[in-house]
Amino acid sequence: MADTLETPSEQIDLDQVWQSSEIQSLLDKLNEELIGLVPVKTRIREIAAMLLVARLREQHQMLTDRPTLHMSFTGRPGTGKTTVAMRMAKILHSLGYVRKGHLVVASRDDLVGQYVGHTAPKTKEMLKKAIGGVLFIDEAYYLYRPENERDYGQEAIEMLLTAMENQRDDFVVILAGYKERMDTFFQSNPGFHSRVAHHIHFPDYSLDELVQIADLMVRQQMYAFDDDSREAFREYLDLRVQQPHFANARSVRNALDRIKLRQANRLIRAGGSIVAKDLARIDAEDVRASRVFRGGTASETPS
Amino acid sequence: MDKSISVFPRELKENTGMAGSNDGAPKSRWASGVAPYVEMGYYDADYQPKDTDILCAFRLVPQEGVDPIEAAAAVAGESSTATWTVVWTDRLTAHEHFQAKAYRVDRVPGTDQYIAYIAYDIDLFEEGSIANLTSSIIGNVFGFKALKSLRLEDMRIPPIYTKTFQGPAHGIVMEREYLNKFGRPLLGATTKPKLGLSARNYGRVVYEALRGGLDFVKDDENINSQPFMRWRDRFLFCMEAVNKASAVTGEVKGHYLNITAGTMEQMYERAEFAKELGSVIVMLDLTIGYTAIQSMANWCRKNSVILHLHRAGHSTYTRQKTHGISFRVISKWMRLSGVDHIHAGTVVGKLEGDPNSVQGFYSTLRDSKVAINPVQGLYFEQDWGSMPAVFPVASGGIHAGQIHQLLHLLGEDVVMQFGGGTIGHPDGIAEGAAANRVAIEAMIQARNEGRDYLNEGPEILERAAKWSPSLAKALEIWKDITFEYASTDTPDAVVTPS
Amino acid sequence: MRITQGTFSYLPDFDDEQIQAQIQYCLNNDWPIAIEYTDDPHPRNVYWDMYGLPMFDIKDPVAIMQTLAECKATFPNGYIRVSGYDRSLGRATTALQFIVHRPTDEPGFHLERQETNDRQVRYTIRSYAADKPSGRRYE
Repeated sequence: MADTLETPSEQIDLDQVWQSSEIQSLLDKLNEELIGLVPVKTRIREIAAMLLVARLREQHQMLTDRPTLHMSFTGRPGTGKTTVAMRMAKILHSLGYVRKGHLVVASRDDLVGQYVGHTAPKTKEMLKKAIGGVLFIDEAYYLYRPENERDYGQEAIEMLLTAMENQRDDFVVILAGYKERMDTFFQSNPGFHSRVAHHIHFPDYSLDELVQIADLMVRQQMYAFDDDSREAFREYLDLRVQQPHFANARSVRNALDRIKLRQANRLIRAGGSIVAKDLARIDAEDVRASRVFRGGTASETPS
Repeated sequence: MDKSISVFPRELKENTGMAGSNDGAPKSRWASGVAPYVEMGYYDADYQPKDTDILCAFRLVPQEGVDPIEAAAAVAGESSTATWTVVWTDRLTAHEHFQAKAYRVDRVPGTDQYIAYIAYDIDLFEEGSIANLTSSIIGNVFGFKALKSLRLEDMRIPPIYTKTFQGPAHGIVMEREYLNKFGRPLLGATTKPKLGLSARNYGRVVYEALRGGLDFVKDDENINSQPFMRWRDRFLFCMEAVNKASAVTGEVKGHYLNITAGTMEQMYERAEFAKELGSVIVMLDLTIGYTAIQSMANWCRKNSVILHLHRAGHSTYTRQKTHGISFRVISKWMRLSGVDHIHAGTVVGKLEGDPNSVQGFYSTLRDSKVAINPVQGLYFEQDWGSMPAVFPVASGGIHAGQIHQLLHLLGEDVVMQFGGGTIGHPDGIAEGAAANRVAIEAMIQARNEGRDYLNEGPEILERAAKWSPSLAKALEIWKDITFEYASTDTPDAVVTPS
Repeated sequence: MRITQGTFSYLPDFDDEQIQAQIQYCLNNDWPIAIEYTDDPHPRNVYWDMYGLPMFDIKDPVAIMQTLAECKATFPNGYIRVSGYDRSLGRATTALQFIVHRPTDEPGFHLERQETNDRQVRYTIRSYAADKPSGRRYE
């Protein structure tokens, strides 16, 4: 191919191109917002690099198909899939792969109707809203219900597949959900599998990462752990992750909400005069009062 | 100083809020004879205007030696309860309540003028009556000898009072929905020559202008029912023109049939006939008076006819900066009275109109909430609540070559009237109308596309003129026409670069 | 004849790029877009048929252009107009409305005059196309 290039030895300042594309600042922001997730961040960076190079190749008349951009994000709840999808939409926008860069979140209920003729307009409307941006389909496997052969989900699936193929310039689809169930979904719907170019898995957070997340949230809300309470919270998390319905960052936030409640009650019960700093301090006792320490389960508030 | 002949003590201290007393000994408020208005309670520097008060800003020039605060108090007094001498019958009333209060007097720097702020209690006025409102506030006081001149600059009319008026018979939103015309200024023209055409020839002008692309044609203010053309003949021929133009364009068209006449009975008769013929709009002159305007506005809402008002005669009292009434006040009264259209200045045309003042009139007519804006001469906040907006009409010496400036200064909710700028087109009236319509549509298109249409305006018009010969001719013939004279009525505040 | 309803009827017909620019202007103002069509362009025919509901929450004008293309394919011989709607307090009305598609041949209107007394005439505007039943008017 090289001999067809007009200026094969033209200088390209990659640093400058990278900086001016805003990608670095978007990645930095992602880094600030999300603790850990190193493999995910690496994948995003790789995809961004690939897209940038594809753009440059295109500008220099090198053979470049429009890269397939549809993705699947797998992982348990609370691992940052939506946040990353939002950043991804901005990255795609800054490189000109989508025109507006907004994120439209849809679930089965937004796409599938309940009677004949209801599904097509619903799916169509969601697709229309997503044009120019990213359509994020949460728990995509619910679209497919093999147990019910007259399920309207099939209609939505077919429309999605057509749109993913024919409207690749209009939007990018991200399918999201639990890893195992997404795997099954892809097996039974090979059409999706072949249209998704990037599979990104969001691992559960390690105990250390969860404690860091908690620290960050506590600071943002202007509370403070002391050494004892931080250690207590680590023990709490260690127990909590083994219980059902653990939702990573979301469960951390819920646990902190309950701790704040107990802290307030402790202060009022004790009465007397305190210093302002006491309003921020979380005591180990506030953490250890949780049922989780007594073999009970955390009462997850619905999120 | 002889108090028996002059009402005004000469040695009052300025801006103290305290009226001096010449002989030192405090006199009873109720002692017979003449007392300064300040002492009678018409000035109170500490008064906090109530939300329900009607507030006025007056520009006053006291006679030599007359204390400005006493002058302001006198204006408050004479426009509310006072007379030239103390009367014991005041004591039969809750006079503190009914007395207007001057509460602030500011000197206009570098002049002998003062701005006096006066508050009037709502109970001084009859509900829904411009006649009563104006008889109180401008009834007597403008002839007061102790003042060289007096001008009503602005009024704050509280919602509790605006709600007692019908307001515009239809308003901008309803008018657009009725006419099926959105997203651009409406276009009109006044039939020319103003006087002398027979009804049949007159209708020809109307037809040509409407079929060429205008939305409205207009009778002039002095077209009523003269020997050369009686009103009924005019109405009949004009409606033939309107309907025919509607059929050849597929658009709703209208002609402002002027129903101004010598008596209310005649006006109602003409209005009824216009309605019977299916005219979407009728027209009045400001000269018929406030009460007649209110009556006709009520008739217009009741009969689904739009009401256009020509401000005939207003310059006799609005133009001079130091005496009379500002047009922004007339704008408020007319919005309350219930007109749907009112002529409010063009800035660039042949008639008086400082750009800032005119923009102030336009906000007063169109916005729901108008903020204080000294640069535009707006002294008070004005909350119109849900009262519909009035279409300002820009008319007088404007042409297609100024469209970008007009759109920039006046916005989209305006009727632009090109009389000479339509009828004077060398290729005919319809071509003149088309030139104006092409110009405005091209400018709106460019504005919506995000172009800097004010600066690129001439280019945008040139480009459209390439495929529109009627616009090309219009631009050519009127390219150098401007009316650049200094305005007499300008706000005191100027924009200073920061 | 050429029916001149709408904001831009005195300009040459817009191409897709120009239509899209106007739609973008509406979206910038937060005005949802509606597409309507008719085969009776009488000036008093207020309610053209809606091609679907007004499109709320759309970010990219391309989505509307695609819908418009569908509408054109379905009604190649009708009138189609695009409107931007301003719901803000005190407005709640159409803010911009322009014809984006029209039949190749526009027969226009007949002005019917019924003479009554006192020189008065009752006028009726009748669309020539509307002589035929709906659906067969611009074949």
